[in-house]
Amino acid sequence: MTVRPKKKGISLSYEQRNAVRGYSFILPWLIGFAMFYIVSLGQLVQFSFWEITMDPNTGMTHNSVGFANYITAFTSHASFKQTLTSSIMDMLIDLPMIVFFSLFVALILNRKFKGRALVRAIFFLPIILSADAVGDAINRAAELVSAGVSSSELETAQAGTVSISYYIQLFGDLALPDNILEYIVGAVNRIASIIRGFGVQTILFIAALQSIPSSLYEVARIEGATGYETLWKVTIPMTMPHIITNTIYTLVDRFTNSEIVALASRTYRQYYDYGLSSAFSVISTLITCAILGLIVYLLNKRAFYYN
Amino acid sequence: MQKVEKKKFSWQEFKASPQYFDKKSRTLNGTKNFFLALFRLIIIVGISYIILAPVIEIIARSFFSEADSVNPMVFTIPISPTLERYEKVLQYMDYLPILGNTLLYVAGVTLAQLLICSMVGYGFARYRFPLKGVFFAFVVVMIVVPMSTIQFPLYVAFRYFNVLPYAGIAAAFGIFLLVMGIRTRNSISKWVTIAAGAAVVAAAAIFAKQYIDGGSVPINLHRTVWPTFIMTIFGCGLRSGLYIYIFNQFFRGLPKEIEEAALVDGAGTFYTYFRIMMPNATPAVITVAVFSIVWQYNDSFFASNFTIPDSVLITQKLAGLVDRIANAEKIYSLREQRLYFNAGVVLVLVPIVLIYVILQRRFIEGVERSGIVG
Repeated sequence: MTVRPKKKGISLSYEQRNAVRGYSFILPWLIGFAMFYIVSLGQLVQFSFWEITMDPNTGMTHNSVGFANYITAFTSHASFKQTLTSSIMDMLIDLPMIVFFSLFVALILNRKFKGRALVRAIFFLPIILSADAVGDAINRAAELVSAGVSSSELETAQAGTVSISYYIQLFGDLALPDNILEYIVGAVNRIASIIRGFGVQTILFIAALQSIPSSLYEVARIEGATGYETLWKVTIPMTMPHIITNTIYTLVDRFTNSEIVALASRTYRQYYDYGLSSAFSVISTLITCAILGLIVYLLNKRAFYYN
Repeated sequence: MQKVEKKKFSWQEFKASPQYFDKKSRTLNGTKNFFLALFRLIIIVGISYIILAPVIEIIARSFFSEADSVNPMVFTIPISPTLERYEKVLQYMDYLPILGNTLLYVAGVTLAQLLICSMVGYGFARYRFPLKGVFFAFVVVMIVVPMSTIQFPLYVAFRYFNVLPYAGIAAAFGIFLLVMGIRTRNSISKWVTIAAGAAVVAAAAIFAKQYIDGGSVPINLHRTVWPTFIMTIFGCGLRSGLYIYIFNQFFRGLPKEIEEAALVDGAGTFYTYFRIMMPNATPAVITVAVFSIVWQYNDSFFASNFTIPDSVLITQKLAGLVDRIANAEKIYSLREQRLYFNAGVVLVLVPIVLIYVILQRRFIEGVERSGIVG
């Protein structure tokens, strides 16, 4: 038997060596996270209490103004409060629509039928059609299409437009409560934007549906459950964790594209009001995170984890 | 010959027979299935219409002549189609060179994303180390807190860019490579690693020295592609958190025996990762690659926050296209300007749609098998 000569240098236990290897894999990201996220979040809060002036030669100078930026945001800024409310309302209206609609579409696409590959390719097309410049053109074209006449400007198009107000009145005559009515009308109005915003969520749900063990469906069939019962007793509970994932994704995605983020961006890029912009970001992010936390908490209470 | 006795048909008897029950349930099922299929067809056609109609509209309108655009009788199909829009747009957009730049930029960023995010995902999936739970929570924070929250601090960080910390990190990385090189036994890779390490350390030292000699004035990195690359290499690129999560889920699903076999056969940690784990992770790699290519190409956050020049990013070029054509060609009618814009949109979308069409089948399979949702 030969004894292996001991290597020079530090000797580590297996676990310690594993830890070093793990750290070496995640190290670049860890540095980046500290530099870009932790530092930036700290700076953001700091900036929101400052009044900042930028000079191309000397760099940034600042003086502390306390809560003045927050007070301005809520009392004297022309459009912050309206933008904030409407952005949050948009997020809350879109959220259930997108999540349930994408689940519904995933249920349809998960079945085998002729031309499924083509349909999938079409349904995921919106993921790649959402650039700013391109999205603008698509929205414009969608307006023309929904107006019914393609080639002309809006004056000529009005003749072909469906009169939405007629339907609103129709529902109003049914004595539906006003806020429910508003929700329905809002949802119908934004059906195009909802459909164009649900590609990733559908992919996630399809993956989730594929991962449900088929034995559960067999049991349900043997026990005599109808398709409808199977949906509610097997499919929905099994996809519940993914509904939470999708809710988070949708909310963050909507927030990123919302008007309030655009306002914060404009405030420092066009009006050079850096402190106020930071205050906007802090407020809107806190509110979004609070909503996110609340929704995830409520859903989590009902969630069922198979594993 | 036997005479066939004709039995008198009795409705009562038939109703009680099993054949009747069979037939009834079959017709019921048939009707149900028919209506379900019809329902599905309506939904699918409707959604496809909402998705495709604007696209078809844009393509059609890019061929419209001026007469078509004012003619209320024209619906989608132009009467006198023209290629003039494309000629002008190709000319003013500088299309091919800029598309080449864009694809290079997108490919570079995607490669960096694949390398870094797969490494981080692998590290989280396979190794135990202290504070792992906390760090993984940071990954979730990256997914949940949108980057637009920290847009202004990032803007400042790259507007007044301090080279020294990055030079320090690069030097440390170079020294790490040197040590690795000295410790390896294999002669070729040993000298390659040592040379690379020495080069990195030297480059970092030169940059740092120049920076200090120049009076330590912060550099403005806006209007370059550096911010995107720096952030991506440090794992904080566009939606990197999501990619890390995807890779982590995928590597967790692979059997551990693969690595144990590699370990027994004497493969090192990084060799195992590059030569054994990465080839096995093809579905996840394709998924992340498609996401990254498409989103980076479409990205407006990095492009506008760091003012990435329009000579690098074709979507940025598109934004200013209409004004350029209108000014140069003296086109004052907004309606006609829109026609040029449509042609520009088509040209910008063609490459990305091609990439999507080529990769989409493998992409969807990849999403289904890579366990993106755990």
